[in-house]
Amino acid sequence: MPAAKAPTSLRRLFDEIGTVDQVGIEERVAKFTTRSLKKNSKVFGLRLAVSMVDLTTLEGKDTPGKVASLCQKALRPHDVGDIPPTAAVCVYPAMVKHARKHVGGTQVKIASVATAFPSGQAPLKTRLAEVHAAVKDGADEIDMVINRGAFLSGEFGRMQDEIAAVVEACGQATLKVILEVSELETYDNIRAASFLAMRVIRPGDFIKTSTGKTSSNATLGNNQVMLEAIRDHFLATGIPIAMKPAGGIRTAKQALHFLIAVKETLGDEWLNNRRYRFGASALLNDLVRQLEKERTGAYQAPWNFSEATEGY
Amino acid sequence: MSHRLPISKTPKCYVGGAFIRSESGRVTELNDASGTFFANIPQCTRKDLRNAVEAAAKAGPGWAKRSAFNRGQILYRLAEMMEARSIELAKAVALGGASQAQAAREVAASIERVVHYAGWADKYEQILGSVNPVASAHFNFTVTEPMGIIGVIAPDDSPLLALVSLILPAITSGNCIVVLASNTQPYPSILLGEMLATSDLPGGVVNLLTGLRSEMVPTFATHEHLRALSGAVNAEDRKTLKLGAAESVKRVRLLKAEQPIDWFADTMQGAEEIRALIEFKTTWHPVGA
Repeated sequence: MPAAKAPTSLRRLFDEIGTVDQVGIEERVAKFTTRSLKKNSKVFGLRLAVSMVDLTTLEGKDTPGKVASLCQKALRPHDVGDIPPTAAVCVYPAMVKHARKHVGGTQVKIASVATAFPSGQAPLKTRLAEVHAAVKDGADEIDMVINRGAFLSGEFGRMQDEIAAVVEACGQATLKVILEVSELETYDNIRAASFLAMRVIRPGDFIKTSTGKTSSNATLGNNQVMLEAIRDHFLATGIPIAMKPAGGIRTAKQALHFLIAVKETLGDEWLNNRRYRFGASALLNDLVRQLEKERTGAYQAPWNFSEATEGY
Repeated sequence: MSHRLPISKTPKCYVGGAFIRSESGRVTELNDASGTFFANIPQCTRKDLRNAVEAAAKAGPGWAKRSAFNRGQILYRLAEMMEARSIELAKAVALGGASQAQAAREVAASIERVVHYAGWADKYEQILGSVNPVASAHFNFTVTEPMGIIGVIAPDDSPLLALVSLILPAITSGNCIVVLASNTQPYPSILLGEMLATSDLPGGVVNLLTGLRSEMVPTFATHEHLRALSGAVNAEDRKTLKLGAAESVKRVRLLKAEQPIDWFADTMQGAEEIRALIEFKTTWHPVGA
């Protein structure tokens, strides 16, 4: 949807926040992949990335047992080497109480998707009830999806009111607002949705790229659009908003590219797991594998790490 | 048309079914026996080796699942591809100073070696597998399985025949391999890659690298994903490879490159060469008493 043909409400918003130079963004992010990270800085980046992972399982076949092993892995990603625990585990609301048994009271937080994840297509009352239930069961963080239907039809008031209602329902819990960038279609829309969300959430709450349930997920491009929105919002209001790309980040090298984007766009203030997270399930294995490579000096075989034994 | 500009080839390495330059962007100048510049050969690095292992890991399960007969057909197809370009191969072998006759003899022996292993593909299992007598109510039998990914390091002498003699027994049984070609005469391996690409062999089963031995050998030694090392190397490299292999627990089968090796000999081929690079699996199957 080009800005000129957008609904009046969107055009008015673009007058205020500006649009995105698509070519410029893509050239900028292509540069991030050319940085050379060696030795100590590489190990620093890999360890930082591990500490930023929201280790995720969001499948219909999740069981308490599977969540238990996920939690153990989050607490202690590998049996040798000094590898930090992940930031959080991310599960469905029904699994929060099971996760609590394993990571409750530790530094690993419990994040729960809520609000009719991944589509968000349920009555507001139901979505809020889900948030209340997850928080009551012990979720430290809530990952909500925005009402893309409301956004795309230009009903910004409704979209923001719903986010505000979820903020209230969260109480003490941190909120992560999933924009589902693949369904927003353009960088302009991603920037607009980021601003609409950032205006109603609290300092330290997150905006998040995607659910991981659609065809396209977090890319350096849409990550950059959101990072720049956070930067512009921070410079205008002084309110720091955190960021979480999710889905499609599978390799350690990709994770380092994302961290370089954070470092060069928002600076060191955002290089910690209070301000930046990775939503991922397979990424942790590769991070640990690369850390082991740095520790031992030998390229590692996949069967020494959980999951991903298909190469054997 | 008498003053046509020469169209010279950029030699590239065959990795993962594609023709690559080294990720380092480096090349080594290759001269012919008279010292005239011939071509720039990619100077691969340990990162190229890592990428090649990843490519082999992707190809592995598919190649191992092919029927023995199909593997044999594909290897025979490789011989057909080599036969069609045998004059070009002989020229590549002669670059190192071998006479036309010597080069032609090496190419002919190489093609015959490929045909030899194409024949073995559906026969080694009958020779190497067994039904074992046991004193209980079990049908006990042993079958062979490929090891996985194998590192192959070719010697400088007989740049085509030695290469083929090391590659074929490894892949006949369903292994995938990452090969470091001759240091001084890498060009036959570049041509062989082009023939492998047109032989119906799935991409990634054979990955051919060219580069400096001193840079690549330590990574061959320590890479945990490689399950065996096979080749002909000097004493110093043998030590490095054995130390690394001990650390990562891999099988080592190394010939002494400092001594003359008769690659033409019949003893350099056969089921024993295949046996060196497979695993045996024994099954106890209960039968009615």
